[in-house]
Amino acid sequence: MRITQGAFSFLPDLTHDQIRAQVQYCIDNKWAVSLEFTDEPHPRNTYWDMWGHPMFDNPDAAALMMELNACRKIYGDRYIRVVAFDSSHGWESVKLSFIVNRPAEEPGYRLDRQEAAGRMIRYTTRPYAADRPAGARYG
Amino acid sequence: MSAPALAETEVPQNAVPAAIDLRGEFETSGVKDVLAELDRELIGLAPVKRRIRETAALLLVERARRRMGLAHETPTLHMSFTGNPGTGKTTVALRMADLLHRLGYVRKGHLVSVTRDDLVGQYIGHTAPKTKEILKKAMGGVLFIDEAYYLYRPENERDYGQEAIEILLQVMENQRDDLVVILAGYAQRMDRFFESNPGFRSRIAHHIDFPDYSDDELLRIAEQMLDQQNYLFDTKATTAMADYIARRRAQPHFANARSIRNALDRARLRQANRLFESAKGPLDAKALSTISAEDITASRVFARKPGEGESK
Ligand SMILES: Nc1ncnc2c1ncn2[C@@H]1O[C@H](COP(=O)(O)OP(=O)(O)O)[C@@H](O)[C@H]1O
Ligand SMILES: [Mg+2]
Repeated sequence: MRITQGAFSFLPDLTHDQIRAQVQYCIDNKWAVSLEFTDEPHPRNTYWDMWGHPMFDNPDAAALMMELNACRKIYGDRYIRVVAFDSSHGWESVKLSFIVNRPAEEPGYRLDRQEAAGRMIRYTTRPYAADRPAGARYG
Repeated sequence: MSAPALAETEVPQNAVPAAIDLRGEFETSGVKDVLAELDRELIGLAPVKRRIRETAALLLVERARRRMGLAHETPTLHMSFTGNPGTGKTTVALRMADLLHRLGYVRKGHLVSVTRDDLVGQYIGHTAPKTKEILKKAMGGVLFIDEAYYLYRPENERDYGQEAIEILLQVMENQRDDLVVILAGYAQRMDRFFESNPGFRSRIAHHIDFPDYSDDELLRIAEQMLDQQNYLFDTKATTAMADYIARRRAQPHFANARSIRNALDRARLRQANRLFESAKGPLDAKALSTISAEDITASRVFARKPGEGESK
């Protein structure tokens, strides 16, 4: 099941040049770009691991692409996303994020229904991948 | 949230032009302007200007050939600038970055100027991230490594400089579209550096040698520097400056145009003191802008016989 989070995730995977163009767009808007990765793809998991520091003063997207290549070498079997942070007053938050790498197999989620008092149902989604320990979930 | 359009991914394949007007390209690309500015604003440096002109011509032709499908590889653009201190290497590197940008060989055209200390770390594991940070900053532009030979310290086989060299070489080879590296330093030391690091030599296509300035050129540089700051020499000061240049050259730590810049800074200081102490009434613009002979001849350069000690 293809995970859709962040921008562009209903589109086919972005190519190298498309990623680069998006990153350049972010940099040209003075947003700090960075990479994050995870093997815990639950949509409510906002705590992805950082890959290096956000880039505040690299004018060209090639800098991030170099880091993306390095990140893929190690975490190519996981989700990797580009995060663009707008530090301008009033925003001070993430302006754009999009997935740039995903595992070859995405097993998706199991939906658990818990029957509670008074015929109430509580729903829980659980990534199948999360059944295995962190670091050994994909590939 | 602003949604950027899926940007310029498919550059429309322009039809291959049947002919290219090199003259026209020379003008519209802005290369002509950069070269004219170089000619106008930098005094002397005839051989350097000639080499840059040749390089620009080569790159223009190369660009035309690429458009016609006659060439595909990005040409090697890494360079070495050799010459003594103050001969204009850094200044010219800035212009070169602009030139490469206008020709479309670098995307941004900025210059990141570094020395060994910016690239090489103090302990194990420190160097690679440091070098990579600098490389990332320079991407889309030009990385200028001053006194590049300090990266190589053969007397210490564990020197971390070697690590920086290896990363640099790799990026210079594999990311030629992303940045251009210019190595700078004294000619002889640079030659030795290239001898022991054939990897660098083979990746550098353009060697430009910066000659020392003649006394006359230095005087003109002095006048130009003053003019840019809205100062000028009176007649006697011009003579004194010419005298200063001849003496200064013979003394230690002479650094061509940089020595001139420093001398002028001190001359302005003396001028200010002179005005402050001697002015009887209000001063006009001319008085405030004129450097006179005594502002120069007070220099210690005149007190000393040539070849004697540090100058001030
Ligand atoms: N040909 C020149 N004309 C005018 N100013 C010059 C010229 N060459 C150098 N300068 C000035 O001299 C100073 C030192 O030049 P720089 O480029 O830093 O030399 P280098 O990098 O070779 O040591 C700078 O302030 C620069 O503006
Ligand atoms: Mg310099």
